[in-house]
Amino acid sequence: MTVIDGSAQSEAADETQEPTEGRVFTVSGGDWDDILAGLQESPEERIVVNMGPQHPSTHGVLRVILEIDGETVTEARCGIGYLHTGIEKNTEFRSWVQGTTFVTRMDYLTPLFNETAYCLAVEKALDIEAQIPERASVIRVLMMELNRISSHLVCLATGGMEMGALTMMTAGFREREETLDLFEFITGLRMNHAYVRPGGVAQDLPPGAVDKIGNYVKLMRKRFPDYAKLCNENPIFRGRTEGVGYLDLAGCMALGITGPVLRSAGLPHDLRKSEPYCGYETYEFDVPTWDTADSYGRYRVRLAEMYESLRIVEQCLDRIQRTQGQPVMVEDRKIAWPAQLALGSDGMGNSLDHIRHIMGDSMEALIHHFKLVTEGFHVPPGQVYTAVESPKGELGVHVVSDGGTRPYRVHFRDPSFTNLQATAAMCEGGQLADVIVAIASLDPVMGGVDR
Amino acid sequence: MTENVPALPERGAEPAGGELIATRKGMFGARDGGDTSGYGGLVRRVELPGASERPFGGYFDVVADELEGALEEQGLPLEAISAYVVYRGQLTIHVPREHLVRVARTLRDDPALRFELCLGVTGIHFPEEGGRELHSVAGLLSITHNRRIRLETTAPDVDPHIPSLYDVYPTVDWHERESYDMFGIVYDGHPGLTRILMPDDWLGHPQRKDYPLGGIPVEFKGAQIPAPDQRRAYS
Repeated sequence: MTVIDGSAQSEAADETQEPTEGRVFTVSGGDWDDILAGLQESPEERIVVNMGPQHPSTHGVLRVILEIDGETVTEARCGIGYLHTGIEKNTEFRSWVQGTTFVTRMDYLTPLFNETAYCLAVEKALDIEAQIPERASVIRVLMMELNRISSHLVCLATGGMEMGALTMMTAGFREREETLDLFEFITGLRMNHAYVRPGGVAQDLPPGAVDKIGNYVKLMRKRFPDYAKLCNENPIFRGRTEGVGYLDLAGCMALGITGPVLRSAGLPHDLRKSEPYCGYETYEFDVPTWDTADSYGRYRVRLAEMYESLRIVEQCLDRIQRTQGQPVMVEDRKIAWPAQLALGSDGMGNSLDHIRHIMGDSMEALIHHFKLVTEGFHVPPGQVYTAVESPKGELGVHVVSDGGTRPYRVHFRDPSFTNLQATAAMCEGGQLADVIVAIASLDPVMGGVDR
Repeated sequence: MTENVPALPERGAEPAGGELIATRKGMFGARDGGDTSGYGGLVRRVELPGASERPFGGYFDVVADELEGALEEQGLPLEAISAYVVYRGQLTIHVPREHLVRVARTLRDDPALRFELCLGVTGIHFPEEGGRELHSVAGLLSITHNRRIRLETTAPDVDPHIPSLYDVYPTVDWHERESYDMFGIVYDGHPGLTRILMPDDWLGHPQRKDYPLGGIPVEFKGAQIPAPDQRRAYS
């Protein structure tokens, strides 16, 4: 690979890796007696423990470097980047529509939020926000709220598992599977949907979707109370989470923390209320908060948010039925994806009617199709920032266009990335075992952190 | 010949004073040599939206007035703000790098402004914009007043230094490390400006425009599909 910039190279790389002071013991297996004997020679007992990058409790490939004094954590640092895949750079080499398929893979637990945030940014840059059909916005809200439930379920499930509450894990993943079944039914894929596109959504809901989602809501209303019964007053659960990972409002503001962590500190800040998008101002829902600013509060906020999401999903279903037959993509044929998908004998694919039209009837339609698919649409030069309230906090998309058919720069302000900075503030001075609980309460997903 | 050609708006005809970031020539890769198609003669000036004139509309005028008033009280010169750009209903305040930290602190602390939350910092690389190749953009949110603005600062490639906002907004810690990692922008005053996503011994800054994407051509049903950065570009 060609290396370009030689001016501002990291000087640290040139320096030798020799320790600057004291003796360093590298422990990687071996006989404990030898290690302890070696440690006793040292006047200070400074133990640095490396957790991860592949520890099962680290939410993906997160590396936590802990300095401990007995069981107390005196310093905690995160090492990230193990899952960096260069998605932002890659989008600069594809068309604006193809960008959706890349960004959906960032935070893989909230693919529909990534897609919607990105598409809202592209639509704002195109200045076509007002032209997005109502039905497309309703479907986006519906999918996002279902996705919020599935993301929170994974948070509760893995967070519970890390404390030893294995029933939380089996129950959480069982319910999440129901959600992913809905996604598969609607978009064709469990994850990485590329379902939300600039201008609308890829296709309308399949027949029977409303009934399926209705049954899902009924089932969840029956099952969510079990989580409350299992944990809310459970003395072990409360003992493990109360007062753990404490971060008050001032700390959240300074560290830029948003989402359930901020709301657990008592501030009802929710972008769906303060800067509504996709018509959220027309839905009835509450913003749950808690006042303990600890892991327990975050658990309660997430649990309450899942109920609010169910409320929004129910309101979406009414609107889905009311807008039956309406378009789900903008009218503007210079932007809307030309082909409509249809179910054929060999699965989902381009609509045969459309193929017949471009191949048999209209040369112009073929040219138009070809231009839009290979070249894509132009976006006027300028930069925009849009943000949505993802299950983890403010998911911001900063898009810069140079007027071309490809993004000039796409930056995702991923909430997990920012929230993970709170690790040191939450863990230092606490117990070693509480590190796991504190990080779990942040709900970081490394796909989003590293992008 | 020409009477059937509809009067298309000239591309790149943005309002005067736009920020020229590049001049593109040709299309479909035909730039010189034996090109007889005429595409090689195409010239397109790429301009970002330029400075806006008052009134900006919405709360932007309030923010601008309050900010200028507060800066005047502190005795900062008028050049502390080089431009206001309103585009798509969003306000970007361009600030020369020597005044960035003071302006940010004012935006955070002034009761009428109160931008208490920073949404991080990100870099943009415009290799053809002489003397302003590197841009650093910080998004600010005031939950108190429910307002949102951006601060944009530039630095030349030969002197890629921008003061760190860490003292004002500690949340930019990792964001500035990422921007350094990806663009080579050196944030002066950052407590530990090291690489964050790329390995510590990595050479180069991957999201700069002069850094190749990489990739290999793929053989597909008898045809070679070139690597993404080698494919034909239309702009």
